[in-house]
Amino acid sequence: MFDTFDALLLARIQFAFTVSFHFLFPAITIGLASYLAVLEGLWLKTGKSVYMDLFRYWVKIFAVVFAMGVVSGIVMSYQFGTNWAVFSDKAGPIIGPLMAYEVLTAFFLEAGFLGVMLFGMNRVGKRLHFTATLMVALGTFISAFWILSVNSWMQTPTGFAINEVGQFVPAGSWLDIIFNPSFPYRLAHTMTAAYLTTAFIVGAVGAWHLLKDHETVAARKMFSMALWMAAIVAPLQIVLGDMHGLNTLEHQPVKVMAMEGHYQSHTEGAPLILFGIPNSAQGRVDYAIEIPKASSLILKHDMHAPLAGLDSVPVDERPPVAIVFWSFRVMVGLGILMAVLGLFSLWARWRGTLYTSKLLHRFALVMGPSGLIAVLAGWITTEVGRQPWTIHGLLRTAQSASPLDAPAVAASLVAFVIVYFTVFGAGVVYILKLMAKPPHSGEAGMPNIPVRSAGITPASALEGAAA
Amino acid sequence: MSIDLTVIWAFIIAFAVFAYVVMDGFDLGIGILFNRFPVGPERDTAMNSIAPVWDGNETWLVLGGGGLLAAFPLAYAVVLPALYAPLVAMLLALVFRGVAFEFRWRDPAHRQAWDVAFQGGSFVAAFMQGVALGALLQGITVEGRAYAGGWWEWLSPFSLLTGLSVVAGYALLGACWLILKTEAGLQARARALAGWLGPLTLAAVAAVSLATPFLETAYFERWLTWPSILWVAPVPILVALSSLLFWRSLKRGDEGLPFVLTLFIFFLCFTGLGISMWPYIVPESITIWDAATTRSGQIFMLVGAAITVPLILGYTGWAYWVFRGKVKADGYHG
Ligand code: HDD
Ligand code: HEM
Ligand code: HEM
Repeated sequence: MFDTFDALLLARIQFAFTVSFHFLFPAITIGLASYLAVLEGLWLKTGKSVYMDLFRYWVKIFAVVFAMGVVSGIVMSYQFGTNWAVFSDKAGPIIGPLMAYEVLTAFFLEAGFLGVMLFGMNRVGKRLHFTATLMVALGTFISAFWILSVNSWMQTPTGFAINEVGQFVPAGSWLDIIFNPSFPYRLAHTMTAAYLTTAFIVGAVGAWHLLKDHETVAARKMFSMALWMAAIVAPLQIVLGDMHGLNTLEHQPVKVMAMEGHYQSHTEGAPLILFGIPNSAQGRVDYAIEIPKASSLILKHDMHAPLAGLDSVPVDERPPVAIVFWSFRVMVGLGILMAVLGLFSLWARWRGTLYTSKLLHRFALVMGPSGLIAVLAGWITTEVGRQPWTIHGLLRTAQSASPLDAPAVAASLVAFVIVYFTVFGAGVVYILKLMAKPPHSGEAGMPNIPVRSAGITPASALEGAAA
Repeated sequence: MSIDLTVIWAFIIAFAVFAYVVMDGFDLGIGILFNRFPVGPERDTAMNSIAPVWDGNETWLVLGGGGLLAAFPLAYAVVLPALYAPLVAMLLALVFRGVAFEFRWRDPAHRQAWDVAFQGGSFVAAFMQGVALGALLQGITVEGRAYAGGWWEWLSPFSLLTGLSVVAGYALLGACWLILKTEAGLQARARALAGWLGPLTLAAVAAVSLATPFLETAYFERWLTWPSILWVAPVPILVALSSLLFWRSLKRGDEGLPFVLTLFIFFLCFTGLGISMWPYIVPESITIWDAATTRSGQIFMLVGAAITVPLILGYTGWAYWVFRGKVKADGYHG
């Protein structure tokens, strides 16, 4: 059955599968950790118990998601070597130290403070507990910082030289490597994406409970908070995305051509293709619906600016257009829908129907997974758009792979798929069960059982000391 | 002469791996022995005794893997494809084991299934780590800067032997940990287990030690020719001595000493491994200097490691200190 697949393709599918799965969890935990910090901060400031109820409600969900993020992440740190050995050899001197810093600064920090955060309330005192929550949130940010720096360096490599055995080695300052040209944009856009992902999940859970009973106090609170996020941050994300795109145009113009579906160069203003079916064989977009000259306007801020197309790029340096074209539209479409929901909520707020409008609640409910989908679509745009390179312009994907036999990769791919769907499927069911219960006042904290992600923190022992 | 940062990094990575082996070793060991404990309080206690620490323990595995990529990228690039199958199996086993740990408590209806996942995951992870070790020791086919063997090269009687040895060793560590951390019935059970796991582990260590010198002439020369034998002889002698002490203290009813002595034996075996391999990181083909990253990278990381590793160790030590004493079925309370 796998005869038609070669080892390279299988290795790519496997990497894409495991990293996509992994990223879903941090996309939630990065946002949720900060949300929890905000809830606790508000609780400390106002003393209102609804904030504590919400904290306790969401921290249980956080614990499960975090655990899945960790186990899927451990797999990732070995995937680079098992699947991309040549890449690891060549890029290791640059990306290795950055990832080592991620372990040393982020992962141990998280493992350290998570236990206090999960179990420590009433046991270590409010101050230390709040500190722990902040530290976990900081840990997720630091983690994203380093790994996104790595990824951005692969997109826009700077600060390196190539040594006699063909390795990329640092030349000069590490700051040039860490703060490579696409990194600030990618960090801002991805962090914001994580916040939005969380906001829409929280909003959907709130909406679900409001649909059943619009008096539930905690559900009102979470719904309102989530939709403030949506109203403010979704438009911001569109602006950040636009800036990210302009940066990409500067450093990876071919990726933008694929995103836009521009097979042909335009000397006098390029059209914005809204929809259509990319046809790489013919080098055109079939059934295109387009706005004349709008693309030049967006990308060059000049209707008449010329814009090069894929016909200016050698065939073997073009990414697969259809995937990039569609995934980009999925992301942008969802981003616009998010902003629409945000506006709708502002209007409902003004009309005083925020907690009663069934239409608004249903809309928020279906938008629950939108962040997760947008995030994956965005990453597919980024990563597939970088093809055929792993290190943009310098190292080809085909030359990055490990010397593996197809059956080995095929067998392990099947194993990954089965195990991930079984194990993480069970986790998702558990999370949905938690979400289906409404938050109520006097919400119970973490059940008094050991949680695997409790880290190395002696929180439950501290409980013993306090009891 | 400037300090050789490559040697420093070799020791840091070796340290991370050893930290991982002993720390995750005992909690994997408890997983391996899981069905030996009756369902109910004994099982719960066994699991509670590792609940607060094992996530931190596993972070050392990430540091070992990530550190290898960072400090010795070429070794990472050659060894991981060579050990592809055992490593993938290990990772999947760790996924199962990790979540089983959590889901077991949250999903009582399927507790039995999660217990099986916990035990199976622990066993497979330990076994595959041993297999990987054996496969590395017996040598890897390298051409240029890449692995050049097939995807079954790791499989040999020797690697199966090392796989089983690691399972036995981890189980022994787990049993000794329980002697230290528990009391009454569970402790007696753990002591009985250690009573046969001890000799089994020693037999395994002996078998691996006897086989190793015949894998490569370099190993043979190092271990069995004059005068080098003089330098290395203390290792087996110390193993023999500590084994005797271990046996006596186990029979005498000591609670802490068996665990400490087992750790010491692990340390000696690890030293022996270092003696065999030094200065190679991939035996007989890539030395640590061949594989090392740039000096700039070494310095950059050393700054970070010098600040964070002591913090991490201090924190971990404190956590173990707070958790001292016996554990009960309902956790570390009272
Ligand atoms: C909630 C998630 C989300 C939303 C609503 C959006 N994005 Fe996005 N986008 C991401 C989540 C994301 C991401 C997952 O975070 C990516 C992948 C890699 C990256 O840097 O960010 C991304 C990548 C990404 C890229 C690729 C950059 C590159 O590869 O070099 C562009 C051009 C945009 N985005 C542009 C936009 C625009 C114009 C949006 C407005 C509607 C938008 N994104 C909404
Ligand atoms: C977290 C979200 C991410 C997703 C969803 C994602 C997705 C993908 C996909 C779909 C591919 C396959 C592209 C193709 O073969 O056409 C890929 C490849 C790859 N990605 Fe990512 N990626 C993510 C993050 C990262 C990060 C953070 C890194 C680096 C630190 C990374 C490094 C790579 C590498 C090395 C490849 C293999 C070479 C290639 O096929 O391009 N990815 N990724
Ligand atoms: C954009 C892409 C990524 C981001 C933002 C990210 C972020 C995170 C975060 C926040 C965590 C903490 C656990 C959690 O919150 O669920 C985590 C876990 C982890 N990630 Fe990723 N990650 C990304 C991709 C990767 C990749 C490509 C690797 C492979 C090198 C990786 C390796 C790990 C590891 C090893 C862990 C577990 C750490 C532990 O033991 O605590 N991540 N990641």
